[in-house]
Amino acid sequence: MTMQWKLVCKQSDLVVGAGVAAMVNGEQIALFYVPESEKKVFAIGNWDPIGKANVMSRGLVAHLQNEWVVASPLYKQHFVLASGQCIEENIKVPHWSAKLEDDNLYIALN
Amino acid sequence: MTSNKPLSTIKPHLVVVGNGMVGHHFVEQVIAQGGHENFQITVFGEEPHLAYDRVHLSEYFTGKGAADLAMTDGSLYDDNGVRYFTNSLVTQIDRAAKLLVLKNGETLSYGKLVLATGSYPFVPPIPGHKRNNTFVYRTLEDLDAIRNCAKTVTRGTVVGGGLLGLEAANALKNLGLETSVVEFAPRLMPVQLDEKGGSVLKGMIEGLDVKVYTDTATQDIVDGETAFHRMNFADGTHLETDLILFSAGIRPQDALAKQSGLEMGERGGITINNHCQTSDEDIYSIGECALWNGRIYGLVAPGYTMAKAAAGHLLGTESLSFTGADMSTKLKLLGCDVGSVGDAHAQTQGCKVFVYQDEISQSYRKMVVSEDGKKLLGAVLVGDNSYYDTLLQYYLNAIDLPAQAQSLILPAMDGAPVGLGVDALPATASICSCHNVSKQDISDAVCNGALSVGDVKGVTKAATGCGGCAALLKKVVDNELLALGVEVSTDICEHFAYTRQDLYNMVKIEEIKSFDRLLETHGKGHGCEICKPAVGSILASVWNDYVLKKEHISLQDTNDRFLANMQKDGTYSIVPRIPGGEITPDRLIVLGEVAKEYALYTKVTGGQRIDLFGATLAQLPEIWEKLIAAGFETGQAYGKSLRTVKSCVGSTWCRYGVNDSMKMAIDLENRYKGLRSPHKIKFAVSGCTRECAEAQSKDIGVIATEGGWNLYVCGNGGMKPRHGDLFATDLDDETLVKYIDRVLMFYTKTADRLQRTSVWMDGLEGGLAYLKDVVINDKLGLCDELEARMEHIVDTFQCEWKTTLEDPEALKTFRQFVNYEGVDTNVVFVEERNQMRPATDLEKQQLIAKAG
Repeated sequence: MTMQWKLVCKQSDLVVGAGVAAMVNGEQIALFYVPESEKKVFAIGNWDPIGKANVMSRGLVAHLQNEWVVASPLYKQHFVLASGQCIEENIKVPHWSAKLEDDNLYIALN
Repeated sequence: MTSNKPLSTIKPHLVVVGNGMVGHHFVEQVIAQGGHENFQITVFGEEPHLAYDRVHLSEYFTGKGAADLAMTDGSLYDDNGVRYFTNSLVTQIDRAAKLLVLKNGETLSYGKLVLATGSYPFVPPIPGHKRNNTFVYRTLEDLDAIRNCAKTVTRGTVVGGGLLGLEAANALKNLGLETSVVEFAPRLMPVQLDEKGGSVLKGMIEGLDVKVYTDTATQDIVDGETAFHRMNFADGTHLETDLILFSAGIRPQDALAKQSGLEMGERGGITINNHCQTSDEDIYSIGECALWNGRIYGLVAPGYTMAKAAAGHLLGTESLSFTGADMSTKLKLLGCDVGSVGDAHAQTQGCKVFVYQDEISQSYRKMVVSEDGKKLLGAVLVGDNSYYDTLLQYYLNAIDLPAQAQSLILPAMDGAPVGLGVDALPATASICSCHNVSKQDISDAVCNGALSVGDVKGVTKAATGCGGCAALLKKVVDNELLALGVEVSTDICEHFAYTRQDLYNMVKIEEIKSFDRLLETHGKGHGCEICKPAVGSILASVWNDYVLKKEHISLQDTNDRFLANMQKDGTYSIVPRIPGGEITPDRLIVLGEVAKEYALYTKVTGGQRIDLFGATLAQLPEIWEKLIAAGFETGQAYGKSLRTVKSCVGSTWCRYGVNDSMKMAIDLENRYKGLRSPHKIKFAVSGCTRECAEAQSKDIGVIATEGGWNLYVCGNGGMKPRHGDLFATDLDDETLVKYIDRVLMFYTKTADRLQRTSVWMDGLEGGLAYLKDVVINDKLGLCDELEARMEHIVDTFQCEWKTTLEDPEALKTFRQFVNYEGVDTNVVFVEERNQMRPATDLEKQQLIAKAG
């Protein structure tokens, strides 16, 4: 499998401990910058499939049972940042590998 | 340590030789099954300590003492009549006479004998291996010696790049030594990892400044020139180091058995059957000295299973037999995740392999599946163990793999199958392999009243062995509790074992000004959507900092973070403050103009304000710029704070008004507008007893009387309406404000998170009378402080929108996208009653269909 890293934005565009939204190839992506986590940055879909709005980036980042999650700002379901999996419902949002390099944020397009 | 019981006995005599983790576990099992009633039990240990937790030996270097690692202080033995002898080496078994001979020459007869003598570290017979400053890594005494040596030297080397060797390397590194690892095999962790996995791990460990030599044989060790030792390698190179630690594997400690003529494996180990009996049926052997089916198990979990099987067979109580053990392991070595499941080397006939490698983030994953692709046989993980638990459960429980099995090791993508939830695990699923605890065992424990992870650990022993299943155990326990509908704890969340009031007191008394500091001093983990906003609110109540300050921004719920109320479609509403509901025509016009310009839906609220709906994130700053220019300020409609002070027109206009309710409402709103509180609060002021402002249904209600003001507290018009209690009558302006200051501050200080004043009052011991005593009679001597705190809030008020507009850094958060100027095309409005409202899903589909 080949992985293509795509430059999305600068590290300074991110908000420490919270999310921002980005548009990549016509798709809305929520980027989270969590310096305390092992991965530092996460990328999941910005669409909340339960609240049905593009708001995931505006949720609160939480650390629950050793997993980094975001609580949807609409109805507060938790989505695992590393996998996009919703903890309360059997539903999942897309997610991408993300990394910071030289003050740039990249995500992996598969 | 020696107990004082006499050695003679009339019960049959059960002797356990070896008091390591497994030997101790055996005694525990025998006692648990009542065996101490039928046997006189005697335990011999060679080390000076009773059994201790060797799995966590390295923690001895990171602050734990011998007592922390001890598995018993002897009381279990004393309480159950077990005699124990430490520092006691058994040197001989006379099987014919059923006698043991101790090193000091004493003899002792036995009826049944258990050999739990464990293993010893293998030291390769390299010339020079007995020089000073060479060590092994097995006992507390070994660690003491290593620590002493490390204090005086700078370079350390571990011979052996297996699991324990890398752990030892980590210990040397933590002791401050320049550390190297020398491995004879071509790769690190040759038992658990394949070639590729080993090489990825090597790269990661080298990245941590540990030098790694693989495929390297040490020929001899001599005096060094720049360090204490020189290790000469077979390829002619050498390495100089001050300290050498041998960790080249273990060998069964079987000399005693061998000498007594028990059947042994070709390369050592005491041969046992499925009941852990040796070739002498009165002698059992368990743990790392035992050889089952040609195999030595060098992990604690199989040893525990052997202990249980042997105890059950000996006592005739359990039919569990030992039929091999799972050797899967998950570790964090020098900070690198390594996992190995089942047949990691793909040795099963016909098996197929999936491999995923990412050289950029340094991770490697391999799955070995059965020929038909249906079952998982093994796996190797390097760099990311988040895949481990799911893989292990597929493996242990022989669960059918999903159709796209490779997705289990691929970085997850949209639509990829989900990791196994604990719900999906069968009741027989093994959760803790050290203690052989199944999901059913945990479920039973919870049903029988173990309502926390700690309780379940106590009852089942799950997660008390290697601890690797702790996360999974918590999930299972939570899942079971959830199924029972149990509410678990009064702690605010998993990160703070405190109530909101506790946290408030800590913040205030210890002058804590950031979430991180509070977490560091009183919490654990990293916080969540419960504690973060709660602490954010407490910090604001006490210090009144700008909420979007860098260190506070990630604490805020979406409304506070964007200083606006999020609506169902992700747009926001805007509510400027209109104190007392009084507004000039010019300002009213500005609101209308702004609403028109941005096509905002406009509504007068129940709190006498004007709500503008449908602004997108990026529009918020420009809209607020216009509103602020016209003299508005934020209404803090988004915060848990004072919202509105509703009023009638009072004596100014009304025929019946007895006092100026408008002025009072405006003054009160301006006074308390910056206060962040446990829940949102609303006031009302009515100019006469007709109560046109409905003041008795508010948190704070004020009603004009002939003699001044009547004050009502803790009412609300929310989900469960409650009339406020009459708190004091005929107050003058100054006293009214003083009492409100005190009531609000006392509430802010003592209420739970998101607790309304009405609920707070209901829970207040002593109720209204108590509150009066505190606020009016200063029963607690708090009043000065409460007033001073409120004064601070009043003095430090700022319009958060004004501050935000002046802060380019804060403004960045309001970009719709960080890398794109466009808008969210999913936000679609339709017109209704001459205004815009969010389109429904159906309407969106129709609109899109039409457009297409």
